[in-house]
Amino acid sequence: MTADPREELTEHLGALRAFALSLTRNSAAADDLVQDTLIKAWTNIEKFKPGSNMRAWLFTILRNTFYSLRRKRKREVEDADGSLALALASKPDHDGRLNMRDFMQAFDQLPDSQREALTLVGAGGFSYEEAAETCGVAVGTIKSRVGRARASLVNLLHLKDGETLELTDSVTAGILSKHPAA
Amino acid sequence: MAKLEHNHQAPLTADRIDRNLKKAFHELATEPLPDRFSDLLDQLRKADLQKKDMR
Repeated sequence: MTADPREELTEHLGALRAFALSLTRNSAAADDLVQDTLIKAWTNIEKFKPGSNMRAWLFTILRNTFYSLRRKRKREVEDADGSLALALASKPDHDGRLNMRDFMQAFDQLPDSQREALTLVGAGGFSYEEAAETCGVAVGTIKSRVGRARASLVNLLHLKDGETLELTDSVTAGILSKHPAA
Repeated sequence: MAKLEHNHQAPLTADRIDRNLKKAFHELATEPLPDRFSDLLDQLRKADLQKKDMR
């Protein structure tokens, strides 16, 4: 008897919640979404192929749940209290803070499909193939969405600030401000 | 001070964007989790055990 894959669910909770936040941009809605995902994963665990990527499987469930809920409600959940931008802006103060907010605000301006693709591939470390499977689209579509998302960010940040390289360095400093250098 | 080409997407820029997003995502993913998730998993586990006992 092999170990119950359901015992592995706990390891993915943090990543699931981060992905849920990037979709819902609302912390209460994100937690509800994670809860629904956990219940579905638990009760459908026989559909999980042992040895395959559990995180990708869970992200697929979460994403499908999100979009079917959204279709049902027929309205966009736009209350952005839990967006990546705000989550980060509330980190301890630092002189990189404003730029970091700019960066994440630009990220929030991306179309949903691009933001999602870049979240999976750029932030979540998914392969293009895994992201394509998670989103139910072709690999080429994911590649193009990721490319356009990155290009938009470069443009948005350029228009705002003129020095992307500087800005992203400050973002890094701001995000790392929890661990002061000295 | 480095100047970037904005007409096309430099691989370095893509890399920097991804690095920042990874850090942002990691920050969020490592935030303390609400108890409701571990409580829920406990409940699901208990419910399964009860089902087994009924058989």
